[in-house]
Amino acid sequence: MNKFRNRIMEAGVDFPACYQCGKCTAGCPVAFAMDYGPRQIVRFLQLGMWEEAFSSHSIWLCTACDTCSTRCPRGVNPAQMMDWLRVEAGRQGIVAEPKVKIFNDTFLKLVEKYGRVPEVELVIRYNLRSGQVFKDARLGPAMLRRGKLHLIPRRIRGIGSLRQVFKRVKQ
Amino acid sequence: MMLILSSLVLNYRPSSIAELENTAYKRIFDFITDGAVWQHEGQQKGLEKQMKFAYFPGCSLNTTGLEYGWSTRAVATALDITLQEIPDWNCCGASSAHWTDDWLSLVLPARNLALAEQMGLDVVAPCAGCFSRLRAAESVIRQPDRRAELQEALGMPLNGEIKTCSLLDLLANRVGIPAIQNKVVKPLTGLRLVCYYGCLLVRPPGITGFDDPENPQSMDQLMKALGAAVLDWPCKTECCGGNLATPRTDLTLQISGNLLKTVYAAGAEAVVTACPLCMINLDARQKEMTKRFGRLFQVPVFYFTELIGLSMGFAPETLGLNRHFTDTLPLLSGQALI
Repeated sequence: MNKFRNRIMEAGVDFPACYQCGKCTAGCPVAFAMDYGPRQIVRFLQLGMWEEAFSSHSIWLCTACDTCSTRCPRGVNPAQMMDWLRVEAGRQGIVAEPKVKIFNDTFLKLVEKYGRVPEVELVIRYNLRSGQVFKDARLGPAMLRRGKLHLIPRRIRGIGSLRQVFKRVKQ
Repeated sequence: MMLILSSLVLNYRPSSIAELENTAYKRIFDFITDGAVWQHEGQQKGLEKQMKFAYFPGCSLNTTGLEYGWSTRAVATALDITLQEIPDWNCCGASSAHWTDDWLSLVLPARNLALAEQMGLDVVAPCAGCFSRLRAAESVIRQPDRRAELQEALGMPLNGEIKTCSLLDLLANRVGIPAIQNKVVKPLTGLRLVCYYGCLLVRPPGITGFDDPENPQSMDQLMKALGAAVLDWPCKTECCGGNLATPRTDLTLQISGNLLKTVYAAGAEAVVTACPLCMINLDARQKEMTKRFGRLFQVPVFYFTELIGLSMGFAPETLGLNRHFTDTLPLLSGQALI
């Protein structure tokens, strides 16, 4: 567990510095929906309870709004902590909120495919993969009527080199 | 005596930029420094350089944020700002890259910065999300060892000489409020607004580098200059629910719904924003909110550029004001603005 400790601290999360004031949770827009508030997640790390942190819903519900890190009087950087825990949990296959991961993965796959985000394909693919075929079905036509969606996605010209970039990053 | 005086000076915190500018402190400082410290870095630059920028519209401004793109173009034309679109730009990776892979979230925007460097122009990004990702990449490019890694991953040269600014920063600080006020032909008198900055435009302050992260003022000052009444509001920099809108719509409805409830409580009629994702979350889901919360949600939401364009005399259709989900036109015609 010590390896996690060093790696998250290298990423800029100074969790030992936290004195549990709770300012992060007080300002968090999603705290009401989390199983553990940001302060409690920091406490998990201090107590070496990494499994609890990785398996929490909180790390997937954080919107990365950065209110906590901006206000933290100890420079702990809880937003960066959530990012790090989410990425690491994803690598380990511990995903408490599968829909969030499905959405992000679908989004990035499409960026790799086209270079930009084709909104229609994103929503259709996300709906199919998450098993909610008719989700936001009313919003689609309303957007189309307003000229806000393009049905046929276009690739950027440099898509070949962009895919190389994706490949290099994955290595 | 000196102690009391110096503690007064040091503890002085202006509650707004307007107040700051009108105080004796400014005059004293101006006298000592010749006004240099009060000038925005960009303002000095702008005087010498022609206003020409590499334009990064991002994915939203051609699609779901159509009005933002149109009104940006209109306002830029009126102010003689040349926006040259970065050729073959790619998606900045948005929240999804940020949530999935730290390195990918920097490499994707860095490609756009490399393209802009080839143009030799500073970048302007209207979308708060794109702006935030571009600035994050920029901060890494400034670190020589990490820049080398980025270049390798990209396969493109990066010299870190250009800067990215948000459209709000550009208009409020570089172009400046007086220049915009000069173009106003139809003041927004009678319109009661609250300004919504959201997260990514002001946080983290080390990355965004402009305006106050808790009580920003640039949009407030702009809207006041157009003649609108700008009201105090506790939710200026609250999150709208962001990327959760698709995977956890229930949470976004609750977060954005709570925001909109406070708009009425503040005594305002409409919200002004500078982010296409905030716009969707606030504007497009008001019918769902009405159903869910059992009370009517009908709050027009504007891009700040739409209101600037309107006050400059552009037609509502040119700015996309007729494309919103929550109708903006009754409010505007009620105030005789269209």
